[in-house]
Amino acid sequence: MNTAVQSGDAQQSWYQRNRFAITPWLFLAPAIFFFTLYVIAPIFQSIWISFFEWDGLGEKKWVGMGNYVELMDDDRFYTSLKNNIWWLVLYMLAVPVGLAIALFLNQTVTGIRIYKSLFFFPFVISQVVVGLIFTWFYNPDFGIVGIVWEFFGAKPPAILADENLVTFGIIFAGLWPQIAYCMILYLTGLNNVSPDQIEAARLDNAKGFGMLWHVILPQLRPATFIAVVVTVIGALRSFDMIAIMTGGGPYGSSNVLAYFMFETSLSEYGFRMGYGSAIATVLFLIMLVYISYFLWRMYQDEKGA
Amino acid sequence: MFPKPIETRGSGAVLRYQLILPIALIIWLLPLIAIFLTSIRPGSDINAGNVFGWPSDFLLLENYKAVFTESKAWLYLKNSFRITIPTVIISVALSCLAGYALSVYRFRAALPLFFIFVAGNFVPFQILMVPVRDFSVQTGLYDTITGLVLFHAAFQTGFCTLFMRNFIKALPHELIESARIEGVGEFKIFFYLVLPLVRPAIAALSVLIFTFIWNDFFWATVLIQGDHGLPITAGVRSLNGQFVSQWHLVSAASLLAAVPPVLMFFIMQKHFIAGLTLGASKG
Repeated sequence: MNTAVQSGDAQQSWYQRNRFAITPWLFLAPAIFFFTLYVIAPIFQSIWISFFEWDGLGEKKWVGMGNYVELMDDDRFYTSLKNNIWWLVLYMLAVPVGLAIALFLNQTVTGIRIYKSLFFFPFVISQVVVGLIFTWFYNPDFGIVGIVWEFFGAKPPAILADENLVTFGIIFAGLWPQIAYCMILYLTGLNNVSPDQIEAARLDNAKGFGMLWHVILPQLRPATFIAVVVTVIGALRSFDMIAIMTGGGPYGSSNVLAYFMFETSLSEYGFRMGYGSAIATVLFLIMLVYISYFLWRMYQDEKGA
Repeated sequence: MFPKPIETRGSGAVLRYQLILPIALIIWLLPLIAIFLTSIRPGSDINAGNVFGWPSDFLLLENYKAVFTESKAWLYLKNSFRITIPTVIISVALSCLAGYALSVYRFRAALPLFFIFVAGNFVPFQILMVPVRDFSVQTGLYDTITGLVLFHAAFQTGFCTLFMRNFIKALPHELIESARIEGVGEFKIFFYLVLPLVRPAIAALSVLIFTFIWNDFFWATVLIQGDHGLPITAGVRSLNGQFVSQWHLVSAASLLAAVPPVLMFFIMQKHFIAGLTLGASKG
């Protein structure tokens, strides 16, 4: 009996001695398990699958770089890539426009709070709904586009059926919630701008745009950083709107990599999981540039802290 | 404050500003206002070309009732809740534990692990799609709400852990130190000291994740096949096919899909914005 107690003591003291080394892993275990299973491992599995020809059910057939070689010759890939670049570039408009609206709303008149939340509304709504709203807006027969064009006596364009306009139509719809997001980031940022510096700058006769550029914007850098990050991610993740508004059409002209990948691996166009994974890998590599930059910035912050 | 408070420019400027505000808001929300007006007008209005004018008849209750009786909207809404609520609970719980471990303990793997959670949160969905779908098929989780919830919860754990870790890191560390000196066990410190302190973070994360998951469309399309498990976002899409050119009903269904996140936002606004703007004000 005596020995049993002693060994119990020994065990407890072993945990006691090592508790700072062991406890964090106990706390982390469930999160690590799920995150590895559903996020980390699939990234490597996808890259692996991209070297095979696979329909998702039967045997995988090793094709080496075959899928990538085919991709380099695929017009649909270049259309999607080009559209992704348009998304990235034009989506960035959300940042300055969001800032402009935030500056417009950064006042203290009565009722301004409710205005701020109503301006934020588009971000809370599902992109599926935003897509439907704009599909209907763009309808040349009874949408607002039709009405505006007819008001000027012009024949309304069928934006979503026009190969040259369709991507811009979808991006414009996508900007609506994204601007709201950037606006709220800047409103919070403006709230925290140091009043002393503004006063000091005012004494130095700074005002208007000069003040904004030299005094305010440098202080808004954290907000700008986050706004740019979420906008880049939003642009590269664009999927819902395209699925709802055009399904990539007409003739694949509004496709982006995210949708092209889905279409290739999981739709009536065939179940080419290997080829789809190759597209996903390319998209992942593009995103990896931004992820690395973001992590690098975070690392600098951590070192400084 | 920047720009200069409008009050300093006299009452005329304030009046002008207060006049411009509602006009700007109406233009900004025009798409929503239009869709709302459509959802309460009779279908014949649209065919007659009366889309933006005054409705010839107000059919608020009739149209919304029609959505429920003529489609599976009710089932879709119920599914959305059955997907969203468990996801919020699991991902927030997992991230409380993980965030605590990553912020309170000093060990070499802490920062790399934290960065893996952050990086995973940003990857494009498509790089996960084929293996996650395959895994779900193999384990019998494909086409079940459980399968969708497990994936959502795992993926959201990345963002939640980022959030929780930074929140706990900002708490005064002396509190935990002194509890340790008192001889309080590590798990007790977590449950009785840290958990009560992170309640605002839990609230912020819950509303954010609720909105993200409610609005998810991609994963529902990939992991669910039948009506029995489709959430309202995917449901609205199939309603769009079912109610072809019945725009008044499609509009009503779309607005219904938007109601829960909008309500959530209004009720928990402070927490929602605090969560979304995390880091936007840090110097």
